[in-house]
Parts: sequence; C-alpha cells; structure tokens
Amino acid sequence: MRKVYSRIEAIAGNVITVTADDVRYGHLATVTTRYGKSLAEVIRLDGKRVSLQVFAGGRGISTGDEVVFLGHPMQVSFSDNLLGRIFDGRGTPRDAGPPLEDNLIEIGGPSVNPAMRIIPRNMIRTGIPMIDVFNSLVESQKLPIFSVSGEPYNELLSRIAMQAEVDMIILGGMGLKYDDYLYFREVLEEGGAMSRTVFFVHTASDPVVECLLVPDISLAVAEKFALGGKRVLVLLTDMTNFADSMKEIAITMEQVPSNRGYPGDLYSQLASRYEKAVDFEGAGSITILGVTTMPGDDVTHPVPDNTGYITEGQYYLRNGRIEPFGSLSRLKQLVNDKTRDDHRAVMDGMITLYANYRESVEKRSMGFRMSEWDTKLLKYGALFESEMMDLSVNIPLEQALDRGWSILAECFAPAESGLRTELINRFWPSGGSVAPSGSDEGTA
Amino acid sequence: MSQSTGRVLGVNGNMVSVIVEGDVALNEVGYITVDSDGEEKRLKSEVIRVRGDRAEVQVFEMTRGIGVDDRVEFTGELLAVELGPGLLGRVYDGLQNPLPELAAQCGFFLDRGVYLNALDRKQTWAFAPKVAVGETVERADTLGIVPEGIFEHRIMVPFNRYGSYTVRQIAAAGEYTVDHEIARLADKDGNEIGVTMMFEWPVKRAVDCYAERLKPEDPMVTKVRIIDTFFPVALGGTYCIPGPFGAGKTVLQQITSRNAEVDIVIVAACGERAGEVVETLREFPELTDPRTGRTLMERTVIICNTSSMPVAAREASVYTAVTIAEYYRQMGLNVLLLADSTSRWAQAMREMSGRLEEIPGEEAFPAYLESVIAGFYERAGVVRLRDGGNGSVTIGGTVSPAGGNFEEPVTQATLKVVGAFHGLSRERSDARRYPSIHPLESWSKYRGPIDRGMVEYARDALHRGNEVGQMMKVVGEEGTSLDDYLWYLKSEFTDAVYLQQNAFDAVDAAVDTERQRFAFAMLFTLLTRRLSFAAKEEARSWFAELRQRFIDFNGAKWQGDEFNRLHKEIVSTIEARTAGTEENAEQLVGERG
Repeated sequence: MRKVYSRIEAIAGNVITVTADDVRYGHLATVTTRYGKSLAEVIRLDGKRVSLQVFAGGRGISTGDEVVFLGHPMQVSFSDNLLGRIFDGRGTPRDAGPPLEDNLIEIGGPSVNPAMRIIPRNMIRTGIPMIDVFNSLVESQKLPIFSVSGEPYNELLSRIAMQAEVDMIILGGMGLKYDDYLYFREVLEEGGAMSRTVFFVHTASDPVVECLLVPDISLAVAEKFALGGKRVLVLLTDMTNFADSMKEIAITMEQVPSNRGYPGDLYSQLASRYEKAVDFEGAGSITILGVTTMPGDDVTHPVPDNTGYITEGQYYLRNGRIEPFGSLSRLKQLVNDKTRDDHRAVMDGMITLYANYRESVEKRSMGFRMSEWDTKLLKYGALFESEMMDLSVNIPLEQALDRGWSILAECFAPAESGLRTELINRFWPSGGSVAPSGSDEGTA
Repeated sequence: MSQSTGRVLGVNGNMVSVIVEGDVALNEVGYITVDSDGEEKRLKSEVIRVRGDRAEVQVFEMTRGIGVDDRVEFTGELLAVELGPGLLGRVYDGLQNPLPELAAQCGFFLDRGVYLNALDRKQTWAFAPKVAVGETVERADTLGIVPEGIFEHRIMVPFNRYGSYTVRQIAAAGEYTVDHEIARLADKDGNEIGVTMMFEWPVKRAVDCYAERLKPEDPMVTKVRIIDTFFPVALGGTYCIPGPFGAGKTVLQQITSRNAEVDIVIVAACGERAGEVVETLREFPELTDPRTGRTLMERTVIICNTSSMPVAAREASVYTAVTIAEYYRQMGLNVLLLADSTSRWAQAMREMSGRLEEIPGEEAFPAYLESVIAGFYERAGVVRLRDGGNGSVTIGGTVSPAGGNFEEPVTQATLKVVGAFHGLSRERSDARRYPSIHPLESWSKYRGPIDRGMVEYARDALHRGNEVGQMMKVVGEEGTSLDDYLWYLKSEFTDAVYLQQNAFDAVDAAVDTERQRFAFAMLFTLLTRRLSFAAKEEARSWFAELRQRFIDFNGAKWQGDEFNRLHKEIVSTIEARTAGTEENAEQLVGERG
C-alpha cells in the first residue's frame, strides 16, 4: 500500500511542495483534488521537502489534497496500437479510443552514443520543390522552420506529413490553437494518412506543464519505432511555445534567468530534444522537422538563436513561401549528388539567377533604367516565384528539375544560364539552341 | 587522503547536496549509488562547493531516480585523466570514457554509470629504457620510450611525483602493458615507489613540469590563406573564432584539424552537434596525413561531449582535452587543441552557477567567467623542457555568441586573452565567401610567414576598396571616380582570389607557406601597380578575366605546366596594363628593389 500524503505545504503556480520520505528525483505522483486526479513530477528534493510540478496546473489545489508517489518516472505505452490515435501531452487519449496502458516505456531517455552514429545518406522526398530541389531534407536531419505568427507553417507541416516518403509521422503539437489541431486532424484524415500517424497534442488552453512533455513523449515513441526499423518523421510545432513553458516553470521555481527571462539551460534543453534525430545503423531513423516562430521576426531572439546553433540548417517561411536565401539544409550535399546529374547545377544556377533578379528588382525600385538583361531576369523571377516557390506547387523532384530547365529556356539563351555546356546539351529543352562558344562559365 | 562517505540530502537538476562524514576536497570525485530498475548504478560526480559538513556535487549523468539518503562514496582523488601510450586515435567522452568501447558494451545509447578504462590494459608496448640504475630523475624526466604510431612516446616520471628520485630498477627492453611496473624509484629518504607506463593527472591543474615558458614566435601553418597571411597564429599561441550560427565555424575547425602543420591535434567537440563529430569520426581514419603518409586519426584524439550529453561532463571535457595536450607537449611535440565551442562550455558553468544560487553577472554568467576563460587559454604556450627541447600547446576555440553579437560576455572575455581573433561574418557566409573570416574586423598579434609591410598594404587596399564600395551604394557607379573604382576592383579581386578559398578543390583546399608567398607576391604586384584604363566597363571586364585565370591558377598543381603557364599569363597581363607604381607603395616596392 502506498503512503498517502495529505498535507501540501506550498503552492506556487504549477509547483507544489510536500514533506515526504523515500522519494526519488524525476518520479511521478498523483495529486487528487476535487476537480479530479492529476499527475505530478518531482523536480526538486531538499531533505524531506519535495517540489512537484503538477501537470494539470496548480489552480484549485488545496493544502489538504492528497499526494501519492508512484515510484516510477513518466512513462508512455508503446505499441502499434498508437498508430492513428490522438493523445495529449500526458499520453491520455484525446480521441474516443481506449486508454493504452500496456508495455510502458520511460520518456526522456539517454543520448545516443556519437560513436554509433553514421553519416546521413538518404533523402526524404516531400514533393515541395523548394525543399527537394534547393534544400533537400535528409533522413536523420533536424531542421526548424523559422517563421512568424500568421504564416502558413502548419499548412506546410501538414502537407509534408501527407507527402513525405517515410514510414510514419509523429506530430507533437505544443500550444496549438484548437482550430489548428482540428485542421491537422481533418487534413490527415481526409488524405488517408491517419493510419501512419500518431498525435501528441497540447493545445493553447491546456495546462502549461503538459506542453513540456510533448517533445519528450513524441520522441520516446519515435525512438522505439525507429529501433524497430521504422523511418519516423517527427513534426514539432511550435517549439517557441515549448521554450516559453520552460521559462514559465523556471521563473516559478525562482531560477536565475539568463536571456530575456529564459532559463540558462535553454540551449541544453532544446539540444537534448533535437539531438534525438538519428539514423540507427541496421534499424530505422528519426528525422525532426520543427516550427520555431520568431517573436517580432527577430532571428536573434533566444529561441530561434539557440535553435539555429543546434539544428542542421533552417527553412525560412516568409510571405507564404520558403525563402531561397537564408534557408539552408546543411546535409543536402550528402544526398543531392545521387539524385540526377543536373540536380546540383540546377540548384546553384537557378539561385544565382534569382539573386540577380532580386538585384534588378532593387534597381528598378530605385528608378534605374532596365537593361535587356534586367528585363529577362524580371521575367525569370516572376516565373520562378509562381512555378517553383509557390507552396501550392506539388511535383516530384525530377519533374521539378525539368520545370527548372523549361523556365530557364523560356527566359534565357543557353549560354546565359551559366550552366555547364555538357548539362545544357543533355537537358536543355529542345527548341532552344545551344550556342557552341562561350558557354562554359559553369566550369569555373 | 582518507576516503569519506556521505548521504544525499537534496537534488536539483544535475546538482546534488550531500551530508559528508569526514573530509572532502573541492573538485574531489564521488560516486552516488542509485537503484535504477533494480540495478545498482554508481554515478560519477564532482564536489563543487563545501559548506560545513554539506557538499554540493555536480553529477556527470542524468540524476533521475536519485533519492534522499542515497549513499555517496568519495574517492579522495580529484577529477583526473589517465595519461600513457595509447591515447592517440581514440575517441573519448568528456570524462575520458572511450566511446566506441562503450558502444560495444551498451549498444546505441549512453547508459549511465558505466565507466571504462581510458587506456587499454591488454595492449602491449615495445618499451626501451633510457635511464640506468643509479641515475637521479625528477618528475617528467624520461625513463624510457615506446613507439606510438609515428611518434616516440616518452614514458616519464609521473608529474605528481615531486622531488628527486634515484632509479633503483628499470625494466629491460621488451613488450609491456601500461599497468606493468617498469621502474622502481627511491626518494631521498629511501622510500621506494613503483612506476608504470601510465599515471593520472587532475584535469583542472595545468601541467607545469618545464624549465621555462617562451614567447610564441614561430607560425602555426593552417594552410588557410586568410589566416596564415593576414591573421596568423603562432605555435603555442591562442586564437578564437566567434561567429553566428551557419557562418562556418565548425567547418573551419575541421579544415584546420586536417591541414594544420602540427604533430598532434586534439579535437574537443564540446556541446555541439553530434553529426559534426561523426564526420570527423568516420572520415579521419580514411584520410591520409600528407606529412606522414599515415591516416589522420593516428595523430588525433577526439574528446566528444556533444550537446545532448550531460552538461557537467561538458564542463570537464575542455580540461580533459587540454590535459592530454599538455601531456604530449612534454614529449617535445607541437599540439593543437581545437575547442568547439567554448560558449557551450561557458553555458555549462552558467547552469551550475544558477543551481548553486550564486549572484549572477552579465547575462546570468557567473562572475568568475573571465578568470576561468583566461585560465583555460593560459594553458597554451611554448615551453622549454628540462632536456632542452621545446614543446607547445596551441589553443583555438570557437565562440557561439548569442544572436551573433560579439558584445556578449563570453566573446569579450575571450578576446581579452587570445592572440588572434578570426571573426566570422554572416554577411560573408551568406554571400558564399568562404572562409567567412571578416578581413577588416579580425586581427592577430602574431607574426606570420609573409612580410608584414606587404600584408598591411594589402589590408589597406581592402579598407579602401570597402570604403569605395560603401560609397557606391549611395552615389551609384556613375558618381564614382575611375581611380576610386579601381581600388574597389582591386579589393574585390583580392577577396575573390586570395581571401576566399575553395575547400572542395583538391589543390586549393590546403595551401602551404611556399605557395602562399608565391601567390601573395603576384597579388601584391597587382595591388601596387597603377593601371591604365579608359573606362570602368573596360576595367571591370579586365579584372573579371584576370580573376578567372587566378582562380584557375589557384587550382593548378604547384609548379606544374598549367601552373607555370597561368603564372606567366597573369604576370604579363598585369605588365601590359601597368602605368607606374601606386604612390603609397613606392617605398615598399623600392625597399624590395
């Protein structure tokens, strides 16, 4: 029989303190209040004084409520029954299905031994040209989408969830608007992708402590599936809400804040989640795509800044498009040499021309005269934006490369494209003639 | 020292309070016994504060499951590393646990409470004695040697054996394991001690067994042009590479770890991405060191405590790395320590300081941040050993400033104590100008292999060109004089053909001193010439063509046919346009006749 403690000594925010014996750090307890039962986690031991953060929040907890320690840390049930289900941050069902209680696993487990990691080698195709062609997503990569409130980042994530060539998707929602949660569910149900998806969703109105659990619970489940040979894509939105929850708890616990109120271990906390991305040799893999909204569109804000140091590149989502500048997939070089011979050349060539287009736009806005070359660039830029960058474009990589060539052919003479002659001869759409001389700029 | 025990009093993150029975020392190592799923685990920790009978320890593992009254055993020893033959080519975590061996035992994950020997106890080494019975020796004196890869590894009197000793016994030449006793020494009172090929040294104490410290004078060649020519680093010097994320800090460190002209490289991957270490881990055994013809791994030690590994061990990892560096320095070798990134190390200190509830300094970093950073970099240096030879430790640390802002405390504290500053710029990396070291903001106090006057001249040209470029943004090309415009072209040219370097080109990736001198002389000729052009358009296309040739020249094999042909072409192209010498260069060029 477990001992019941019925004297809560302090309640501050979501943290309560009781005097208890034989309690272990990081273990769980249940708190029974008149509004129901909630789990709580031990976050500090000081002699017999035990501080716990209550998942359901501190509101309504009375000093006379009962606390029972469970003697184990936070766990989640793991089996194939998870697929197609929707849970909250504690792992209790949000949908009409039964609660799952068999085969419990711990969350927030140890880090992967760096010596066991391998160099990533497989591309994940998404059908989005700005990703596939220009910044390929690589299996075991961790990438955030840097965006601002109001941008369609959740639409982008749901499209990736629908189309990405992986075995399963785990969606971790933190501080999601209820509509957004419903939107995700609707899109995946309609698209028939629910059967390969698990949801762990914390909505904006849920207790803040649950938000903290979402990445850990999502990644613990992902890890088990990956060890079982599945290629798992974990989508986390929005990590800024996660960081803000951490800030809230830290301040309640009277920790010394470092930057803008965030705790000093923000970097380590974010890293221990993102670093779960891994390719297990001989088994599956975890790839993490997160959303980090930048407060005030400021990339130097502590959350995007620390994230940038951890992740392997980033996508900038601005004005409803993935920006070609600033966006970077640091691992793309490892995979884009194995797709098609013209992949790298088209990637570099089209971006260089698009940069020139931006310069021409700037010149035009300053009232300078447009040369013939500028006019060509303006045409090219407009085509590039509507045929490639637009988020509604949904074509496989090969088709996107072909489209790239036809855009180039529509706007430029072969020699002006800056691409290698050999590639032009092979890929330039017929109808365009290849100038024999002076077209070897690409070899530089 | 007696070995005390204690009981856990409280847990807060990775800090545990302990009631101690007996004596305890600061930085002493203790083990917390914890029951984890029915299995008893001993978690390594280090004392970081003592108040009365209460000690605060930082635990090098996850603290989940520790409870009040759990038993703590103190070892009486400070946090130390094992030193001896067999360190080279190894991959360790921050506490010198060999990671591949750990993987063989535990699989994919880093299970807590598993500690393995840093040095292989089974491997034998061919020992050759260098002293005779009856000789007098002091700490760090050579007792014998064993071959370790390409190096002659000195077996020394342990650094913690103070005073002088007489050799009573010395092992004959032969194969021994590291824990085999190879000598017996007697101190002046006649007490005998046994010495093996390995010993321990506390990581937070600098190794001080040398005759004197010297001023770093000789350049450490990195084969990166912008560093060696413009912002050189000296053997035994220190430098830092601050830069925002994505500016290429880690890539620059990787390039340096491959190409630097030193004997041994210690890579301390401290709190950064695991993926980046993996590249080094997997590629180094495949890459050949051009100096020795053996794989790069044979001259490398990797200390790897990546961002998701326990924070307290991250704090220890840079000390582990520098101690191993100092050990090899004692053998008269030149060692380069690359720490990536020192900001993560400083953050680990900040986390601990917060848990200790110390009064925070700027951005919540502890008040002792500056002195700790200074203490770390001061462990670099050239020393004259007691046998007359020289050894050096060079330290290069990256800094990851929050928001890319160099005003933050870690960058500022580092800048005070280093000899060279290689500031990376987001602007340059966005423009794909690699390596993205900012040519105007960076500095170095060391002397490089290339004449300082000439380098200063080239830097002035860059300054001037930059000013013209800024002005042109306002007044447009039309409003710029031809003379100014030429300076702009010259500086852009210098940037394109000399500052930028193609890390993916087989030849251009690593440029030795001789070639740098040669190429810089060509560049210098161009910079000092007054060139005659009728119009800007003409000048621009002339420079564009010359640039193309120079880039081809950079990719041509040293003194091959292609190289000689392009060299001739470039020189004659410049000659054909020359209309005299720039006024400010007359003296410089004159001196060189």
